[in-house]
Amino acid sequence: MAQIEIRNLHKSFKDDNILKGVSLGIDKGEIVTLFGPSGTGKTVLLRLIAGIYPPDAGTIGLRGRDAAGSPPDKRGIGMAFQNFALFPHMTARDNIASALTARKTKPGEIACKVEAVAQLLKIGHVLGHTPRELSNGQKQRTALARALVADPDILLLDDPLRNVDAKLRYEMRLELPALLKRAGSTVVYVTQDFKEAMALGDRVAVLLDGRIAQCDTPSRIYAEPASVGVARLFGDPTLNLVEVEPRMVDNAAEIQVGGATIRLPAGYAATAGGSYLLGLRPESLRLIDGPAPGAIAVDLVAVTPLNEKSVLLVTMQGGEELLASEAGERDVPRRTGPGHLAPDLDAVLLFERSSGRRFIPAESGGGGL
Amino acid sequence: MDRSSIVERALRAVLLTLIVIFFLFPIVWILLMSFQSNEQILRIPPSLSFVPTLDNYRALISGHLLTSAGSLDIAFMRNLGNSVLLSTCAVTLALVLGVPAAYAFARFKFWLSEDIAFTLLSFRFAPPLLVLLPLSLYFQDLGLVDTYVGLIWVYQLIALPLILWIVRGYFEDISPDIENAYRIAGHSWLCTFFKIAVPLAGPGIAAAGLLSFIFCWNNFVFALILASADKQPVTVGALAFVTASGIQYGQVAAAIVLSVTPTLLLALYAQRWLVEGLSLGAVKG
Repeated sequence: MAQIEIRNLHKSFKDDNILKGVSLGIDKGEIVTLFGPSGTGKTVLLRLIAGIYPPDAGTIGLRGRDAAGSPPDKRGIGMAFQNFALFPHMTARDNIASALTARKTKPGEIACKVEAVAQLLKIGHVLGHTPRELSNGQKQRTALARALVADPDILLLDDPLRNVDAKLRYEMRLELPALLKRAGSTVVYVTQDFKEAMALGDRVAVLLDGRIAQCDTPSRIYAEPASVGVARLFGDPTLNLVEVEPRMVDNAAEIQVGGATIRLPAGYAATAGGSYLLGLRPESLRLIDGPAPGAIAVDLVAVTPLNEKSVLLVTMQGGEELLASEAGERDVPRRTGPGHLAPDLDAVLLFERSSGRRFIPAESGGGGL
Repeated sequence: MDRSSIVERALRAVLLTLIVIFFLFPIVWILLMSFQSNEQILRIPPSLSFVPTLDNYRALISGHLLTSAGSLDIAFMRNLGNSVLLSTCAVTLALVLGVPAAYAFARFKFWLSEDIAFTLLSFRFAPPLLVLLPLSLYFQDLGLVDTYVGLIWVYQLIALPLILWIVRGYFEDISPDIENAYRIAGHSWLCTFFKIAVPLAGPGIAAAGLLSFIFCWNNFVFALILASADKQPVTVGALAFVTASGIQYGQVAAAIVLSVTPTLLLALYAQRWLVEGLSLGAVKG
């Protein structure tokens, strides 16, 4: 039985349909990052789990029991808010302890636990300060400590790194996985940053247009996105999309991209005659010197060096633009001008134009017609 | 920086002085009058030099007013006590009723909530004289005329809408997430209200309480109609100084000084609460 079992959840505010049937199961001890563009209702979903809002329809099961009608204080959940939501009239110590006082813990034990979690999060020296006197990073750690101190078996983190500076964000991104694993809680982590989502989550749940578009491991989300919408959200720079119409030539599907003819792998035979979007990850495009079969003739327009990689902007025949990236070990910057791009055919993604769904290639080679 | 700023500063100082004189002069004048006898006050031409006397205060505190036409008993100290009792009880009751109501109006949208809140506010629009006649008839039927309970009840017309609307605004300014966080930490709704909402709205509650206290203290017409001498506050009690042998200006001034003092002290004490900021940097703006 899943620790958190969400079934067909609906929620709207006035005329605004935020969640349109969200279903998601999260196992005990699992860290699931909830990812999606802003305004898709990630925070709303988290608040529904916490019991702050009641759902319009659908059920939320916590630890195998329906949570309907159970108020937030009875759900035994730890939660950190994006805006920290610290109690301004209490010291950091009392803020953290607030999660224990309600559970009738002995004062000595409270002091002990607060001290321990404060040490862990490196805020032991500011426990006597009020939130006003804390830096943003300290506020964020205090909020996290408050969520963690009672060892809740379900932990909801609403983009806790959103409001802290870049350096601290990196630091916390490194520390958090160990911290969360140590707590052993089931974690739902909301984020708007795809890198954070992939770095922290055992699984990533992608929330798009009020539904879970895909929930899978980070690597599979990246390599096998369920739809063009999901594929677009991951990757920096984002993937290139080219409209193609595969044709059947010599028992294999062929596509025309920027004047070049590319033979798709055998599993794609069934796409012939359809209308598709070809998704090319920038890192799967390789700039080569001479013409080669399946290589696209391009004009290299601009190069952006980013230390660990360079991002290349090229135009194909007809003026369509593509982005390619290559690991930046080169000392000599590339010259702009004509060149050829060779796509890595194993990393090719094809999406149905009408529905946006990814075409799943047949397993055995040579199937199809 | 340059001359214009000096001129500007001088002008501002002059204006401020004028304003201070405008507002404080009557108070100073009354304070001076309270130490003079009626003859000294009324002499022509008026003069700033006089021999201070405590007769006015003595008369007020002892309750015997000596006029040229003879001795008169006045219940000024009792009136002052009534004022304190009535205002304190009225504001306490209004706070007990008004603060939870303000919270409800701020946090929950329920059927007719806006209409109810506005109706309560509209009590402040109605001129007291409009409601006094029917009110006094009802009070006679209910046996509430000339009782403290009756007056405290009527004073809710003054205090309750004020507290409700001021405190409501303060509650609305508190981020609901702060309360949500406390709920999720395992605290009940009631606990959250008392431990989070009320302390955070503290300055607002203090301001509203103080303001309604002053309004209750200053009220004249309700007590004049609905209470008799032994239940009346100072505002009505001061009428006793208009005697058959003339107006006792010295005693009136002393009475004013005594009756202003409690509210003034209260305001000075509460000032630090009023100035204190509301949201103390807990929520990132």
